[in-house]
Amino acid sequence: MKGNEALAEAAIRAGCRHYFGYPITPQTEIAAYMAKRMPKVGGTFLQAESEVAAINMVLGAAAAGVRAMTSSSSPGISLKSEGISYIAACDLPCLIVDVMRGGPGLGGIQPSQADYWQVTRGLGHGDKQLLVFAPSTVQEMVDTVFNAYHKADTYRIPAVILADGMLGQMMEPVSFPDEDKAEAIEKPWATNGHKGKRTHNIVNSLLLKPEQLEQTVFERAKRYEQVKQNEQLWEEYRMEDATLAVVAYGASARIAMNAIDAARESGLQVGLIRPISLWPFPEKAIEAAAGKVQGFLCVEMSMGQMIEDVRLVVSGRKPVAFYGRTGGIIPTPDEVLCEIKKLMGGER
Amino acid sequence: MAATNILLAGFGGQGILFAGKVLAYAGLMEERQVSWLPSYGPEMRGGTANCSVCISDHPIGSPLVLAPDILVAMNTPSYDKFIDAVVPGGLAILDSALVDRRCEREDITVCYVPATSLSKEQGLDGLANIILIGKMIAERPFVSNESIDKAIDKCVPARKAHLIDANKRAIALGAAQ
Repeated sequence: MKGNEALAEAAIRAGCRHYFGYPITPQTEIAAYMAKRMPKVGGTFLQAESEVAAINMVLGAAAAGVRAMTSSSSPGISLKSEGISYIAACDLPCLIVDVMRGGPGLGGIQPSQADYWQVTRGLGHGDKQLLVFAPSTVQEMVDTVFNAYHKADTYRIPAVILADGMLGQMMEPVSFPDEDKAEAIEKPWATNGHKGKRTHNIVNSLLLKPEQLEQTVFERAKRYEQVKQNEQLWEEYRMEDATLAVVAYGASARIAMNAIDAARESGLQVGLIRPISLWPFPEKAIEAAAGKVQGFLCVEMSMGQMIEDVRLVVSGRKPVAFYGRTGGIIPTPDEVLCEIKKLMGGER
Repeated sequence: MAATNILLAGFGGQGILFAGKVLAYAGLMEERQVSWLPSYGPEMRGGTANCSVCISDHPIGSPLVLAPDILVAMNTPSYDKFIDAVVPGGLAILDSALVDRRCEREDITVCYVPATSLSKEQGLDGLANIILIGKMIAERPFVSNESIDKAIDKCVPARKAHLIDANKRAIALGAAQ
C-alpha cells in the first residue's frame, strides 16, 4: 500500500470518523482515500473550502470528543497554524498530518524535511507544544497513527505526524493492528450534549484575566513535562560500539542506514540514532550517546533544523556535524558515506 | 540473492508504474522485503515517468534506486539518463522499437526487445511494459514465474479482469525473445 493510503486506513481503524481536508501534493491520496472509505464506515469526509476552514472543523469535532483528523503538506500546514494554536489552547486531542514538500513559499512538490522547526516550535502562537512523530517506513506510518491518537487523548495535546513526499508516495507491505487496539479513553470534558444530566462543559481559548491564563499555561506545562519524561521514542541501529552517531529521522534515516552499512563494511564504527518522537525530542538517547561517541553527524533534508535539538543536549561536549540536501533533493547514501569518511578519517 | 534494485523508466502512459507494481507484488508473494517508489509530479502529466523497486531479503534502507541492478528503458531520454548508472554486471532491457541507441558498455548485459512493435503485432496493445518484464525474469529469475502470475492476478483491477490472460501471454512472449 502507498504510505498515504496506509496512513488513512490506519486512522479509520484507530476510530477516526471525521476527516476534514483540502487537496495538496504530495498528500492528496490521504484525502482521496478518506473520500472513498469514510462513507462506508459511517464517517464524515469533508473537503473544506480552505485549509483554515478544515482545521477549524477539526477543532469543532475534537471538542465534541470524537477522533478527528486533517492532513496537508507544508504550505497548507502553515495556513492551519492559527487553528492549531486554538486547539492546543482548548486542550483538544486530534491528529494533524504534514507530508512535507520543499519550501519555503509554495516551494516544490518533492520530498523535504524543512518543516521540523515549524511543527516542533512554530506551528501556532503562544506557550504550547504539540506531540510530533516521524515514521520512517509505511508500516511505521500505520503504527504511529494508533500511538498518536492514544497519546493525544491521554495528554489532551494535538498530535502531528510528520512524513515526507517519499514516505507518502512509496508502497511497502503493511499489516494493520486490530481495531480493538484503538483504546477508547474517557472524555468527560467533551461538549457532546448533556441532556440535563450534568453541568455543561465549556471548551474555550479566550481567558482575559492574566492570572487565570497563567494558571492554564502552568497546568499545561506540567503535562508537557510528563510527556518529556515518559514519551521519548527512538530507535538505535548498530550503536553498540559506535564512535560516530548519525542522527536522522524519517526518510533521511533510511538513507543513513545504507550509508552506515557501507561504512561498517570499510571497518568504520558508526551507528544511527533515529528519533521517532521529534517532540518530545529523544534527549535520553542523545545524552547516553554523548558519553560514548566521539562525535555526531545530523543528516536532514533541510539546511539543518533538528541539529539544534541535538546540539542542545550535547551542550558542546562533542562535535556535531551536519549534512543535508534541500529543496526536494534526497541525499544519496554515497554522499552520506562520504561525510562519514570525512569525519572519521577515511578507511581503517 | 540478497537484494535486487530495479529502475523502470519511460513516458507517462506506458505502464511504467504498473510494471513496477507487478514486480513488487511478486516479491511480496515470496514474503520478501519490497518497496515501490514512483516519480510523482509534473512528469506524471505526460512527460517522463520512472519507478524504483527494491526486492530484498533484508530490511530496505533507501527505496530510491540510483544504481540499478536492472534497468528497463522504454524511451531514448530514459536510456540516456540512466544507462551509465547501471551497476557493473547489471542488466539493461531496452524497448528497441523506441530506443534508437546501441549500448557501448561491455560490463553489463543489454537486451534489445522491440516490445512496442511486438505488442501491436501480437494483439497485446499496451502491454509492451509486461513483455519487458517477461524478458527480465527470463534473464534474471530473482522471483519465480509463479509469483509473477500471482502478482498479475493481484495487480490487474477487477474492471480489467479480462486482460489477465493477455498480461500472462505478454510475459511468455517476452521470455521467448
